[in-house]
This record gives sequence, C-alpha cells and structure tokens, in this order.
Amino acid sequence: MKKLPIRTRLILGAVATAGFIAITAPACAQHQDSIVNPEANVVSEQTLLRQAPRIEGQIDQPNERERVLIQPAGRLWDHFHEVTLHRFGAIVIVGMLAVLAGGYFVIGRLRITAGRSGRTLLRFTAFERFAHWLTAVSFVILAISGLNITFGKLLLLPLVGNEAFSAFSQAAKYAHNYVSFSFVVGLTLIAVIFVKDNIPDRIDIEWLKRGGGFIRSRHAPARRFNAGEKLVFWGALAAGIALSVSGYLLLFPFYVTNIAGMQIAQVIHSLVAVLFVALILAHIYIGTLGMEGAFEAMGTGEVDFNWAREHHDLWFEEQLAKTEVARRQLSGPIAPE
Amino acid sequence: MARMKFLCDADRCIECNACVTACKNENEVPWGINRRRVVTINDGKPGERSVSMACMHCSDAPCASVCPVTCIFSTDDGVVLHSKDLCIGCGYCFYACPFGAPQYPKVGNFGSRGKMDKCTFCAGGGGAEVPGSAEEFKKYGSNRLLQGKLPLCAEMCSTKSLLAGDGEVIAQIYRERVSARGYGSGAWGWMTAYREDIAV
Repeated sequence: MKKLPIRTRLILGAVATAGFIAITAPACAQHQDSIVNPEANVVSEQTLLRQAPRIEGQIDQPNERERVLIQPAGRLWDHFHEVTLHRFGAIVIVGMLAVLAGGYFVIGRLRITAGRSGRTLLRFTAFERFAHWLTAVSFVILAISGLNITFGKLLLLPLVGNEAFSAFSQAAKYAHNYVSFSFVVGLTLIAVIFVKDNIPDRIDIEWLKRGGGFIRSRHAPARRFNAGEKLVFWGALAAGIALSVSGYLLLFPFYVTNIAGMQIAQVIHSLVAVLFVALILAHIYIGTLGMEGAFEAMGTGEVDFNWAREHHDLWFEEQLAKTEVARRQLSGPIAPE
Repeated sequence: MARMKFLCDADRCIECNACVTACKNENEVPWGINRRRVVTINDGKPGERSVSMACMHCSDAPCASVCPVTCIFSTDDGVVLHSKDLCIGCGYCFYACPFGAPQYPKVGNFGSRGKMDKCTFCAGGGGAEVPGSAEEFKKYGSNRLLQGKLPLCAEMCSTKSLLAGDGEVIAQIYRERVSARGYGSGAWGWMTAYREDIAV
C-alpha cells in the first residue's frame, strides 16, 4: 500500500465504500418495509397497568426506589388514609368512649362490696410496675402523636394555627420515632414477666359465664389474671408486635420493603393502632374510674385483702397459703379496721 | 388562568437525561435529591420507551390530601407547591404520590426524613418567602414562572419530548404530532394525574 499514490488509495477507498453501501442498502430497505406499524412492540401505559399495579423500569441514577414510574395505588392509599381510616378511627374510638361512658352510668363504679379491710398484700413487684409504666407512658406518647398525624389536622390545627401545629407535629414525629424503642422494651418485659399467669384455662370460661364480675350478684372466679385481663395481655402483645414490625418498616424506609410494602405497612399500622387505643381506653377505665381498689395494684403494688378476695379469689388463696401468718387470717372473716 | 401540566412524549424521548441535569442545575437541588428522573421501560427490548417523570402537579393532588400538616396546595395555575416551614418530613406524600415525586434529604437517625423537596414546576415555593427572592431560591429553587418562563427541563429538551405549559396547549401539540406521524404511545401518567387522557 505504501507505494500506491494518494489518488489511487482514494479511488480504492471510494470503490470499497460504494460496494459496501450497494450490498447493504437493499437489506436495510427490506428491513424498513417489513415494519408496518412502528408501535407494534411499544409498551403502553394502560396495558402495563393492567398487567401490574406499578410500572417499573430502569433509571441511570443509582437509586432503586426511583425505578417505579407510576403507581396509581397512591391514590388508593390517599383514599384509605383520608376517608376509610378517618371513619374507622372515629367509630372505634368514639364508640369505645361511648361504651365506657354508658358502662359507667349504667353499672357505675365497681365498689369493694365488703369494704376495705385495711390489710394489703403485694400484687405487683416494683419491677413489674416499672415494666408496666414504661410501656404505659410510651404508649400514651405514641398514641397521642400517632392520632395527631391522622386526626390532628381536623381537631387541633383549627385551634392552634398552622405554625404551632407544625411545630407540635414535628416534635410529635420525633417523639413517636424514639419512644417506639422504650415501648418495645416495656412490652417485651411485660410479655416475659406476665406470660405464665396469662395462659388461658378453664376458669376463664367460668369467669366469662358469670359476667366477668360486672354482675354484682354473681361472683366470677379468677387466678392472678381474669379472662378480661388475659384478653388485654394477649391483645396488647399481638397489637404491639404488629405495630412494632409495621412501624419499623416505616421508620427505616426502603431498608426492607419497597413503596408497596410501605403502603401496606402503614395501613396495618394505623388500623391496629386504632384498635389498640380502644382496647387500652377500656383498660385505663377499669383500672381507674371503673373499679375501686384496682389502681393501687399498679400504683403502690399493694391491694386490699377484700379487693383481692372479690376479684382474684383463687390467686388470693394461693398467696395466703404461701405465708404462715396469712394462713391464720383465713379462719375468720376480715373485719374492717 | 392556565392549568400547568407536564407531558412526556415517550416516542420522542431519547433518554439523554438532560432534563434531569437541567433541573438539578437550575434549582441547585441538594446532593441525593432527584426532582426529575428518566425511567426506561423494557430497556434493551423491542418497543423500549423512556419517560421523563417528576411531580405531575395532579388535579386533586393526593399528596396535598394526605399531608398531616396541610402544607401542600395547588396554586391558581394548578402547580402543586408546599411550605418547607410547615413540612415535618413524615413521608406520607411519598406513599400517596403516584409518581414517586417527593424527595427527602436524609437527616438525623434511622431513615429520618428531612423537609420534603419536589419539582415546583420552576414556580418557586409555597412558603412565606417573597416570590423570586434569594431566600425562596435557596429553599425551593428557581422561580421561572414569575419571569414568564416555563420549567427548564422542558424548555431545553433536545427532542421536545418533554412539554410543559398549559394543559390545553401541550395536549394540542401532542395531538398534532400524533396525527402527523401516525402513532403515539400515549400521554404517560395523565389518567392517574389529571383523570383524563388525550383523545387523538
């Protein structure tokens, strides 16, 4: 090639190029002719949405979550949050308050029938009370901050204005995030401490048959925890687990789940939370206003002999049998001092 | 009043990501925040299409509906804006958004979300800042609409795939295109965002 003059090289190159074009052009033309509809293989939005609820693709940014192009389910979640949840929450919580108020006016405060004996025995140790109150305080903070996210803009925002409400909600969000950990610790302690006394047994059926102590003429038997308390225990445990799992999925966005998982987690979190709040409202009522002598159990830890005899007769006898001194007290009725 | 909308003509998008870059540059968004992205469907397969997506400024915007502190709203032009002074970074708008538009700077512990950031249609912010001021720019980015300009992503799109402007006008442009070239793969996201498609 070195010896060929430049002109010859140019000619050779031109011939080669022309030859290449001549050979390939018909092939290209044929290829173009065969495509009748340029949209034949094209993806269409509505077709894709019929196949899957979310359209996903590839993106150049190293960000997996951005791969979802369209998810109409966002509108569904909006409807759940703004309509379904508002109605469900209002019905369940206001309904529970109405039931409790009705119970208070119809049945009234459950008094210690025999009056106070003045003698007390230990129902909950200091550590048991610590576990309870750790969970209880955490729960109240979580419940208020959680309800604020859903109902705050309807109930609180009109009263305090945008700036104050946002400042409160911001603090409430952080409280909700951080207090969740102490709630889980408290609930775990409660589960470990009390599980052995909360196993359902045959006495629970008897307790339920006799109206759970709400019917004054019928005594309902119980060990350390009656069927109602067991219901609160297992309800709180189940709700607590559901709330913790769904809550941590939301607290650590995209660590485990994608956007679909987070929507479902939020739905579970909010529905269970509303039910849990209703359950705890009933628990608070019966532990304070609804029954004389009940609060002391978690307050000082000491309950009155007669309260224990009326509400937890089998447990009371067990406890008395444990001490020689107490056994002597069994012989006669306990007179008020 | 115009009703501002975005329209991405997927038959023209060449996935150059210039809209993404233009948005980042014009609004000086923080690191890790993507107000606009280009998603390619069926990448590498026949019929592959790319769609440039950001906040679609929905009618009856679900983000505004679910916001617990009601910091998101629609302007008279149909642009969905929000106030970063009121935003608490709860992430609800992200659950509700059909287009994955809300972005959160990662601040503090866990996956903690900072104040939400999203496409403003280059219309500044929804806070108390003076429109067009340096404070507004710092928080929300450019306010091109105030200067009579449209969002930069669409303005500098090399194939004019991405259209921004009054919904009626850009829908008409798209209709003419489709009838001229004889095909169109549809106005992506319009049914979800505006509850109407473009009939050609």
